[in-house]
Amino acid sequence: MWKFLLQRLLLFIPTFLVISVITFVLIQAPPGDYINSYATQLEASGEEASEALLLALRKRYGLDQPVYIQYVKWLWGIFTRLDFGHSMQWNRPVGDLIWDRLAWTVLISFLTIIFTWILAFPIGIYSATHQYSGFDYSFTFLGFVGAGIPDFLLALVLMWLGFAFFGLDMGGLFSEAFRDAPWSWAKFVDMLKHLWVPVVVLSVSSTAGLIRTMRANLLDELRKPYVITARSKGMTEWHLVLKYPVRVALNPFISSIAYVLPQLVSGTTIISIVLSLPTTGPIQIRSLMSQDMYLAGSIFLLLASLTILGTFISDILLAVVDPRIRLE
Amino acid sequence: MTVATPPKSAEANLYTASQWQLMWWRFSRHRVAVVSMILLVFAYGAALFAEFVSPHDPNRFSSSWVLAPPMRLHFTRPDGSFSLRPFVYGLTSARDEETLAMVVVPDETQVHPIRFWVKGDPYTLWGQFDSDLHLFGIDVWAEQPLFLLGADDLGRDLFSRIMYGARISLSIGLLGVGFSLLFGVVLGGISGYYGGLIDVIIQRIIELLRSLPTIPLWLTLVVILPPHWSALRVYFGITLILSLIGWTGMARVVRGRFLALREEDFIMAARLANAPQMRIIMRHMVPSFTSHLIAQMTLAVPGMILGETALSFLGLGLQPPVVSWGVLLQGAQNLRSVVLAPWLLLPGLFVVAVILAFNFAGDGLRDAADPYAI
Repeated sequence: MWKFLLQRLLLFIPTFLVISVITFVLIQAPPGDYINSYATQLEASGEEASEALLLALRKRYGLDQPVYIQYVKWLWGIFTRLDFGHSMQWNRPVGDLIWDRLAWTVLISFLTIIFTWILAFPIGIYSATHQYSGFDYSFTFLGFVGAGIPDFLLALVLMWLGFAFFGLDMGGLFSEAFRDAPWSWAKFVDMLKHLWVPVVVLSVSSTAGLIRTMRANLLDELRKPYVITARSKGMTEWHLVLKYPVRVALNPFISSIAYVLPQLVSGTTIISIVLSLPTTGPIQIRSLMSQDMYLAGSIFLLLASLTILGTFISDILLAVVDPRIRLE
Repeated sequence: MTVATPPKSAEANLYTASQWQLMWWRFSRHRVAVVSMILLVFAYGAALFAEFVSPHDPNRFSSSWVLAPPMRLHFTRPDGSFSLRPFVYGLTSARDEETLAMVVVPDETQVHPIRFWVKGDPYTLWGQFDSDLHLFGIDVWAEQPLFLLGADDLGRDLFSRIMYGARISLSIGLLGVGFSLLFGVVLGGISGYYGGLIDVIIQRIIELLRSLPTIPLWLTLVVILPPHWSALRVYFGITLILSLIGWTGMARVVRGRFLALREEDFIMAARLANAPQMRIIMRHMVPSFTSHLIAQMTLAVPGMILGETALSFLGLGLQPPVVSWGVLLQGAQNLRSVVLAPWLLLPGLFVVAVILAFNFAGDGLRDAADPYAI
């Protein structure tokens, strides 16, 4: 078990490094650097950008050094000081801007995964044990439809319906009254009233997928001889199904963290624009539009690390749950 | 002299049928998939002949028809008599009694029957053929445009724009899958055929790419496309970016098939018969997974279309004046415009319909891909 854990952990490090290289290339790719943009900014506001000032700034930010040194310095800053660089659009360190937004992204993704599990678990079991029943067919159909509707469109339609028929504003995470208020029980309740919208919208497509996997896996298990043995011994059907085949078929639930999390993070980015949520989505789009590459790159780096961490966690949980994987 | 051939029974037919024939039989049993396939043929046909199918020029704007609501097709005239030929009422501007804003409302005194093969805005089909013939429209097209699905914020006909947008959105799906196929077959083939270290490396890359959140990655990559690029180059650039993730699915299928086929008896037989390696791959291996590849390709198209739609919707993909479904949905980005003009969401309905059709057709193809399975 420890060996397995160590193996996975060792794989995580080079993966993170590869992503950091990709991110750094992305940050460097647009022509010109931060200082060029700063100079243009200064000139636009009527101030004079002297050569000496620019040179000093270049030195200060280490832009006069070769690219690989810049990369190592950037990475070193992240590891030692959690310093992701400087956002030129906000004129603030990137770290200040993203932590609470990242927390919202994580919270929404986490709640969505839980919600997806709660929905997919009973439906998947029922669909497999009652294969080709009316219920099974309707969920197969709903699954296809759910997977076919883009999440941002679903969010838009939901917002429109809520507004047009109930006069509700479903955007944002808080009502007007609580937006700047300190945390309290009332604020928490108000947040829950808003939070269900993105969670439901995001869970539609992942639930559809998870039900399909659960159903297929459980169907395979139900046909195995040990099920017949247990049945012939006189076990009650529900006890039997829940005790053995469901336990084996549970693996996709855990591995779903690995492939659902990137989807959710991706989906949160886009529906946050529609629902105006304070996640990393809106700030990333804005920073990309203004070519604020340190901010944009850092957000990408953190989101990618997050999903890779998800893969890592699901690998470990799988090994904990399933001895076959652990002993391989 | 003719040799009398014994009449073939249905069963004998089954045993002598070719692989593709078996697949077709199996596919045609999947009704939903067949209907979806027909729908897709119509959708691509409409995209191909967008100039002819759409009643108007997609860029014809007019301040008098800003956010005109969709015209309803009527079959009963104001006097109560029935007409088989559907007609629409003309539009007129009026002042909203509550908000005092100018709105476009139907005017029941103007009756315009819908006719097929009418003359309308001139166009050049595929940059080659000049014409002004449209599939359908109304006689007074010059003064009163036909708004089947309403008009956008510049008074342009939404239906015509959706038809033109289909051209970009649907072709990006196919082209993106084409690129993915190219990368996927080459890299997946190498991975599966050679195995060993190169297999491990390619598999790790695939795992890495699949664990990245797609939209943040695409967004970051799209920004790198030089701003001075022409619309066509941006279009190709975006397609390439979309297939950067897309190829991984294709590579997995190819690799899996290669691994499975390597162990098959008929490959062993070919090897024993001293067939050269290239011949084994091209003549024996590739044909036996072509059908799987086609199914996988069909299932990969929706991801591409969704990707383009999402990027353009966020304003970082294709830019107006290029018309794609995502660009059209930009108009519905905020709640205010959706409440004011819900028909701006209609391009989304087309996106959903096409994606569902691809998913159902792909599902049917996947079942049919292996006709020898029970």
